[in-house]
Amino acid sequence: MNKNATDVANVIARHKADILKEWIQRQKESASSLSGIMSSEDALEQSSQFLDLFSAALNEDPSAENDTVWGEVRTMLESVSRSRALQGFSPSETATFVFSLKQPLFQRLRQESKSADTLADAVWAMTTLLDSLGLYTAEVFLRSREQVILQQQQELLDLSTPVVELYRGVLALPLIGTLDSERTHSVMENLLEGIVHHEAAIAIIDITGVPTVDTLVAQHLIKTIAAARLMGAECIISGIRPQIAQTIVHLGVDLGDVTTKASLAEALKLALAKVGRGIAPLKTGTGLS
Amino acid sequence: MNTTTKTTRSESVLIRNQEDLQRVRALVRQWAQPPLSFSTVEQTKLVTAASELARNTLIYGLGGTFLIEDVTDALARRGLRLSFRDEGPGIPDIAKAMQDGYTTGGGMGLGLSGAKRLVSEFSIDSAPGKGTLVCITQWTRRL
Repeated sequence: MNKNATDVANVIARHKADILKEWIQRQKESASSLSGIMSSEDALEQSSQFLDLFSAALNEDPSAENDTVWGEVRTMLESVSRSRALQGFSPSETATFVFSLKQPLFQRLRQESKSADTLADAVWAMTTLLDSLGLYTAEVFLRSREQVILQQQQELLDLSTPVVELYRGVLALPLIGTLDSERTHSVMENLLEGIVHHEAAIAIIDITGVPTVDTLVAQHLIKTIAAARLMGAECIISGIRPQIAQTIVHLGVDLGDVTTKASLAEALKLALAKVGRGIAPLKTGTGLS
Repeated sequence: MNTTTKTTRSESVLIRNQEDLQRVRALVRQWAQPPLSFSTVEQTKLVTAASELARNTLIYGLGGTFLIEDVTDALARRGLRLSFRDEGPGIPDIAKAMQDGYTTGGGMGLGLSGAKRLVSEFSIDSAPGKGTLVCITQWTRRL
């Protein structure tokens, strides 16, 4: 077993250039997208580095159990796997990086081995080894994907809630998504700061993009409106869909003296009227100043 | 609760944090889609009721489990039954808890009573030290 591994390492050392060339050819064939996304230099560099580390580790400890020896190989595979996950490779395309080494390697082993027995032993040992390494890349791949997902979740949570000025003194706050306590706090802060910054008299809170309005969301809205009122700004809630309206009524939530409108357009019209402005069609024929 | 109903499929979710509330809402919304013929209003009502009750389970029951079931009654009417179970401190006075505006937390006091008004059937079982079980069912109108 031990001798086998050293033999394999010697075979790799002797035929490194050939194995490398065929291996990369295999990689390109099995993953058609690879040639597009990844440069050949990257593939060559990664493959060459892997072969070096792999044969070095084989010389030391063929059972692949020694962590210090195989740790380097694993670390290298981790970085390959991670970079491929980010580049959009599929898990099988990533694992193929390792699996596709089998054919060129086994071919050289067949040429070099003296008896069928030693060949069978070597092939079996290498197959087990490469399988476990290939599976390892798939595992790391999935882990990196999970990290990407977690990061995206965080980004979604952090989605800023922009306060936009529609007209002098008229702000709009388009709310989208679930209003959990954390997001509501930032919404409230953004709105109150916006009111100060823009010296706004009217703020339109549009809830078209809020899927569920339950008592907590309603309470947050009412508190936000009360705070804005304390600062001298009036709030209009717009984008109340029919099903949301019925649900609010059944819940028994009293929106009381809060002005509400079905659409943002209606709310804007009302807000403009309140600041003494209106929207009128352009008179044709008058020169623009 | 109702022995004449038949459950065709079910799924449960552990309620332990804010994210789980979102999962409960998403699950109910997903299950209320066709082939179950809920109108948009009924869907929204059920999701909102689920949101209220799941939050109660989290805040007052200190976490618990949520179960959603696709049920059919003796008249072949289909609906969704949602159960919220916790092992929390329980409710000493259920009648009081069901009153509009009564709350022991900082909410509006409309969660339980509001949820009851949003669905077809509502039942609550609770005792101090024994936890709480709330079951609601929304039946589809059309077959």
